[in-house]
Amino acid sequence: MTLSLVVLLPFLGAIAAPLFAQAGRTAIAIASSVPALIALAILFPKWGTLADGGVIVQSLEWLPQLGINLSFRLDGLSLMFALLILVIGLLIILYARYYLKPQENIGKFYALLLCFKGSMLGIVLSSNLLVMMVFWELTSLTSFLLISFWDHKQDARRGARMALAVTGGGGLALLAGILMIGQIVGSYELDDVLAAGDQIKAHALYPYALTLVLLGAFTKSAQFPFHFWLPHAMQAPTPVSAYLHSATMVKAGIFLMARLYPALAGTEQWFFMVSFTGMITLLVGAYVALLKHDLKGLLAHSTVSHLGLITLLLGMGTKLAAVAALFHIINHAIFKASLFMAAGIIDHETGSRDMRQLNGLWHYMPHTATLAMVAAASMAGVPLLNGFLSKEMFFAESLSLNLPGIWAWVPPIVATLAGIFAVAYSARFIHDVFFNGKPRNLPIYPPHEPPRYMKIPVEILVVACILVGLFPAFSVGPLLHAAASATLGGQVPDYGLEVFHGFNLPLMMSVAAFVGGLIMYSQRQRFFDFHARFREMDEKAIFERAITWVVDRANGLTGRLENGSLQRYTMLLMVSALVVAAAPIASLGISIGSNGLTPVDLPTAIAAGILIFSAFATVYVHRERLTALILLSVVGLMVALTFARLSAPDLAMTQLSVEVVTIVLMMLALFYLPPWTPREIPRTRLARDLLIAGVAGIGMTVVTLAMLTSPFSSISDYFLENSKPGGGGTNVVNVILVDFRGFDTLGEITVLAIAALGIFAMLRNRNLQAPPTDGQGHPWAFDAHPTMLKQMSRALLPLALMVSVYIFLRGHNMPGGGFIAGLLTAIALLIQYIASGVHWAQARTKFRYHGVLALGLLFATVAGTGSLLFGYPFLTSTFTYLDWPLVGKFEVASALVFDLGVYLAVVGATLLILVSLGKLTPEGRPLTRTEAREES
Amino acid sequence: MEITFALVIGSLTFSGVYLMLRARTFPVVMGLTMLSYGVNLFLFSSGRLVSGGQPIIGSTDTYADPLPQALVLTAIVIGFAMTAFLVVLSLRAKADTDEDHVDGRDHGERPEDPPGAERLREESN
Repeated sequence: MTLSLVVLLPFLGAIAAPLFAQAGRTAIAIASSVPALIALAILFPKWGTLADGGVIVQSLEWLPQLGINLSFRLDGLSLMFALLILVIGLLIILYARYYLKPQENIGKFYALLLCFKGSMLGIVLSSNLLVMMVFWELTSLTSFLLISFWDHKQDARRGARMALAVTGGGGLALLAGILMIGQIVGSYELDDVLAAGDQIKAHALYPYALTLVLLGAFTKSAQFPFHFWLPHAMQAPTPVSAYLHSATMVKAGIFLMARLYPALAGTEQWFFMVSFTGMITLLVGAYVALLKHDLKGLLAHSTVSHLGLITLLLGMGTKLAAVAALFHIINHAIFKASLFMAAGIIDHETGSRDMRQLNGLWHYMPHTATLAMVAAASMAGVPLLNGFLSKEMFFAESLSLNLPGIWAWVPPIVATLAGIFAVAYSARFIHDVFFNGKPRNLPIYPPHEPPRYMKIPVEILVVACILVGLFPAFSVGPLLHAAASATLGGQVPDYGLEVFHGFNLPLMMSVAAFVGGLIMYSQRQRFFDFHARFREMDEKAIFERAITWVVDRANGLTGRLENGSLQRYTMLLMVSALVVAAAPIASLGISIGSNGLTPVDLPTAIAAGILIFSAFATVYVHRERLTALILLSVVGLMVALTFARLSAPDLAMTQLSVEVVTIVLMMLALFYLPPWTPREIPRTRLARDLLIAGVAGIGMTVVTLAMLTSPFSSISDYFLENSKPGGGGTNVVNVILVDFRGFDTLGEITVLAIAALGIFAMLRNRNLQAPPTDGQGHPWAFDAHPTMLKQMSRALLPLALMVSVYIFLRGHNMPGGGFIAGLLTAIALLIQYIASGVHWAQARTKFRYHGVLALGLLFATVAGTGSLLFGYPFLTSTFTYLDWPLVGKFEVASALVFDLGVYLAVVGATLLILVSLGKLTPEGRPLTRTEAREES
Repeated sequence: MEITFALVIGSLTFSGVYLMLRARTFPVVMGLTMLSYGVNLFLFSSGRLVSGGQPIIGSTDTYADPLPQALVLTAIVIGFAMTAFLVVLSLRAKADTDEDHVDGRDHGERPEDPPGAERLREESN
């Protein structure tokens, strides 16, 4: 999996590099270079396979059901991009070492830069479109973070946000496009997609898929009308601009078009959408570049223009144009990266990027000036430099398009016009900055040459410009051939990489561009005046306004849907549930299943009558809270009896004990709450709620009736058969809880513990104001705790505890167990609190309930893990029989330890909940006379 | 028997839902408790209604379905924890907003005295 290593290495480096930040800029720069060097060493031996159009695919199954595999693919095209990313990345690391100031957060910078590098390599090396998509979004994110590296600057933050919004939005479109392609082809693997070109283009979804994919590519590669984010991204530190926003990231969109060229290109729609977008971008970028006074602004718009040029070439659809596009990708990356670095040096040494201030720098930094001038000349397309070669190819291609009639003239004229602008702004870059008088009001004066090593990356790139310009076939020929072969599916046309093609029309166009460009530059003031007549369009303000508008609308919509009324949400929830359930329940009607009805005996009927009556009565009197609470407890009691009647003794015992603690809890709460509920207005709401509740009640009745009378099959036979032989207990419910489904129980006591701790946290340091009188206007009683209750409860405590131990121990075979015993113990202790007061009880319980709770969870977990030691799965239990003198043969199950954990957790949680609440009381109410005496 | 049981579930659901739709925290907590009675009984009854069939091996010939019982047992205990949480949440809301309305703010209802409160106050004085 060496290819995945290439992608992974920079991310690992991003983790490691910040560790070197303390050691200084040189150390971290060296550390950051390591991943790229290793990656190059991995890629180098593969060249032999790739040179002749070979493809290396390495795949790792990830989510095969979804067609997502971690597969990586190396061919000529991805190699070309990988080399650009790695080599220019290395130069940027060296350059940034001198560009950044020592006090800046260099660790963050290099980590982000490496993250970006890894994401970019991920895009170009991914063989699965969905995996590529992930890396695509990662570049948007890392780009966002890098643009806003100087996060104290508002412009940087805004620029970053704009870049993220535009490229991220495009990413969404791209995702949709990729999903469509995946649907058409039935696979997301590049091999399949590229082979299915005809199938995709014939499909009805092709126009949509293409539009969406192109939206992604155009936003990323700053094509008109999405180009505006790129100039604003220039708020980034210059190494970032040079790397992301000229050489690599903005080429990702172009890479995507080249990558999917065999699958998507070659149709009329492709031709019109891609070539027209490219043509407009080419012209707009070039025109605006000439007008910018900011050095980086000029370069940014020139980048937009060149990206448009490459897009236009890809859109033309001819094989030679595609080759020219690939060639220009390399050339543009080389000269533009060096120009950005030069601009950064100038900014670094003068403190300004404004070309109205920067003049005559030749005098102060001749070395840098020479380098910048060569690179700018390459940008203008001066012969013997690399920019000239691809531009000639572009001119030649613009002539060879077979468009009808007058349209045939459009591409060559646009191409020449763009050439004129390019020469003009390149001339401005050279003449305005390095000549044209003396510097004016420079923040740093006099400027001088930068540190020696800061120029090395620029020198390397400039040498590359010349090398490629002079010996194209020798220097980039093989790489270009491999890339073209990969892009065009192996059918590489004949093309000549010569410096001089003879006196032909493209050469004439070049000459025209030069003459025109120089004239245009000399007359630039007229252009500035002309342009000044138009109101400056501030894309950032428009963008911010648009974003604000969207956010306001979203807030408005949310506000309408969510008005903050919980009562309304509950109602909507209920109504939605009813709507969903309405149709099936209505179709059910009153249905009696094949099991038929059984007769009801009188006691059961009476009990049911009491239950139903109490339930309705609770509703009727609910505004008088204490009365309603008493009626509610009657309902709870009747529910417990129902369980007892219907063969569920364990449930009856649990319900009964839970009922006690619940009612005590609610009584405690009622102390702090108003004793009655005010009437609700409007009264219509009551009628509406009666209707909702009525429908819900009838629905549940119908469903229950249908369920109870239908036959069913249960998995419980297994539990019944294995409870005794497998679990060692005859109480099947308890064996299920502690053995068969012990994991569930462990989760449940954990929930219990979390709820208890949550309650404890909510009540900590919280003083609730108790009302001065009870609901009826009575002042609170100051009597001491009743003596009879006190004495009785103290005598009962050991008995109650003994009962709970008995219930606990017999639980495996008879109704009982940890849950019930825990609740009984809790109630026994709770009675002491009620009878003798919190002060008294707390002074005598020396342990904290948190500890009991934690101990319970620990016991349960340890009992479960114990089985792991013997090689059984988690929570496997075992049992054996012991002979205990006097008592007789006695069964011990390891599940008992687990049940002990349950017991402790229930005791701890219940008491923690109730005592946390009860403890507040002495603070909230006046002390009783006895307490007052004890206090004093 | 089945009809009786279904009516019990229906009335518990009705009472629970109606109380849950109320505006003050305490009736809502009571409603939730009531609804959880209904839900527990309903889940329990998915093992059908069996008389005298407690799932204790050896105690009887036919056994009730033990699985819903085990599930409902833990549901009862967790239901208690959730009710407790809700109760304390409503107390906390009362402490923070000085208001026991579920929306955290009053919608214009005036607290009023219950019938006879005036008389009781006079008596106690």
